[in-house]
Amino acid sequence: MSSLNSPAALSIVESSIPDTPRRRHNRTTRIKGRRAGFWVYAGLVVVLIGSVFPFYWSFLIGSGDSTTINDPDFSWLPGGNFIANATTVVTDPAVNFWPALWNSIYSSALIAAAVVVTSTLAGWAFAKLHFRGSKPLLVFVVATMAVPMQLGVVPLYILFADLGWTGQIGAIIIPAITSAFGVFWMTQYLRQSVPDELIEAARVDGASMIRTFWTIGVVAARPAAAMLGLFTFVTAWNNFFWPFIVLDRSDPTLPVALSLLQSNHFVDYSIVLAGVLLSTIPLLLLFVVAGKQLVSGIMQGAVKG
Amino acid sequence: MTTTQTRPPASATEPAAAPPAGRPVRVLGFRQNLSRWDLKLSPYLYISPFFIMFAVVGLFPIGYTAVISLMDWDLVRNSGEFIGFGQYVWILQNPQFWTALRNTFSIFLLSSVPQLIVAIFIAAMLDRNIRGKTFWRMSVLVPFVMAPVAVALIFSNMFGDVHGLVNGILTDIGLPAVPWHKDPFWSHVAIATMVNFRWTGYNTLILLAAMQAIPRDYYEAATVDGAGAFRQFTSITLPSLKATLIFVIITSTIGGLQIFDEPRMFDNTGEGGPAQQWLTITLFLYNIGWGEWNFGRAAALAWILFLIIILIGLINLAVTRTLVRDEGIRAPKARKKQKGVRA
Repeated sequence: MSSLNSPAALSIVESSIPDTPRRRHNRTTRIKGRRAGFWVYAGLVVVLIGSVFPFYWSFLIGSGDSTTINDPDFSWLPGGNFIANATTVVTDPAVNFWPALWNSIYSSALIAAAVVVTSTLAGWAFAKLHFRGSKPLLVFVVATMAVPMQLGVVPLYILFADLGWTGQIGAIIIPAITSAFGVFWMTQYLRQSVPDELIEAARVDGASMIRTFWTIGVVAARPAAAMLGLFTFVTAWNNFFWPFIVLDRSDPTLPVALSLLQSNHFVDYSIVLAGVLLSTIPLLLLFVVAGKQLVSGIMQGAVKG
Repeated sequence: MTTTQTRPPASATEPAAAPPAGRPVRVLGFRQNLSRWDLKLSPYLYISPFFIMFAVVGLFPIGYTAVISLMDWDLVRNSGEFIGFGQYVWILQNPQFWTALRNTFSIFLLSSVPQLIVAIFIAAMLDRNIRGKTFWRMSVLVPFVMAPVAVALIFSNMFGDVHGLVNGILTDIGLPAVPWHKDPFWSHVAIATMVNFRWTGYNTLILLAAMQAIPRDYYEAATVDGAGAFRQFTSITLPSLKATLIFVIITSTIGGLQIFDEPRMFDNTGEGGPAQQWLTITLFLYNIGWGEWNFGRAAALAWILFLIIILIGLINLAVTRTLVRDEGIRAPKARKKQKGVRA
């Protein structure tokens, strides 16, 4: 469902815009034009504060105690209880923080890896190999993005309960190993980045299809695959609806663990928000390392095609 | 898309047909046969994972949901008794469904409209010639990495009825406190704020990318003609963003109608409020399916939700079609004119 908010799908709509080749030339002229004034920076600082404030707020409350929020002389400086609150979170037997963290890490990583592999293969076929029905099949792939997750949850739950998979992390990994958005994204990227002559040359030299894919496709796909992997990882990490339905409370992922934390500690928000911050730290670290790629991935997806 | 349109006939046959044509005729060996099958079957093999998975976790559940929705499902026996459209009737006659439908649309409108307006303005700021581009772009995307559940917990705290931050500030400046968890409208505002916090930056970047694709000459020409910054924004920037805006609206509609995480976490019971103030369709589906364990009704509701999404999607598509067709007619005319001038 969140895969539907795909930047790459834009290109369906945007392919009707004819001015693509002019873009590069315009980028050089824009550097001179329209230097930003004070108000632009003032506006951006307001936006920055808006983006960061909720993180600071959760640290503020999460480092206090249960009375901080009712305190009439409320201070805007953090208290000293964050470690204590965080310890309460990770040791609460009802929340299962460490298993949740591990489950989130490995399920998101496996999902991201699987999506990258299946999407690169399918994207390669759609972009560069010619076969009967490739066009309607690609349209079909894009159309599946409109099918809501909710439509499948009841039978999937029954099916997984039959197989004895409910409560297993596999139950959230298996349905997520392919992605319509991923296939579409890789198709768009590979179509532009590999010249057809290269593939024909490889074929004439007698390379098998899989070898052509491996030596040309995979190499060319790397940058887009990295972005897709990153995007899929974040989406899988934050996913809540299906994990909440199918996983046991004793073996959750982080978002499910957070919901348990809320129902156990709703009287003491300092612990809940310490847990929120704790569960967000891994993705914040990832963002520090790879946020730039995430930004350019979203922006590239928006104009490609 | 255009590359395949022009190329396929040539390159599809060339590699397979070329070797026999050049060399003396001989019987195709095992290798050639293998190679031909390789060429023919590989594409299907490569796309098969997606289609197999879609059949199992997409197509089958859709059909099966339809079957279950016509049944009174028994969880113990794990089978159902066919009862026709009774479950649909039950849903449509349940006032909670209509409340949930109203809430879903209300939250959707409160989140998408302000979000788009703000995103356009932030994108316009980022589109200026600013220092530290990457830094500012990253700063708008930070909220996106936070899980909706986490965002919901933070904002539920800030929008607390008694000791919340927002009400604290409101009372400090002399305004009355807002009943965020009692009044339906204000609970929708609070939930929409969570959605906006997480998605505004994401849509900003998409719009920014579209803005950067606008040829700068347009602005130069407009400046020469004496158009001010605001006029340039309304007459050049906004019309050029039409296609992108349509895309963003379509995706946020489909996502918005499925909203679950935020309303679920808005209070500690997760049932949509004591008087269903913020009960949404998906939350209602969860409560029926995994609260009351009535899968027949949950399946019927899932289909109703799907039909609503399709309906809204078709409306979107109709609007998009007419808008795009407008552009399509305009473009060739302009080209014809140019040709005429040259001739």
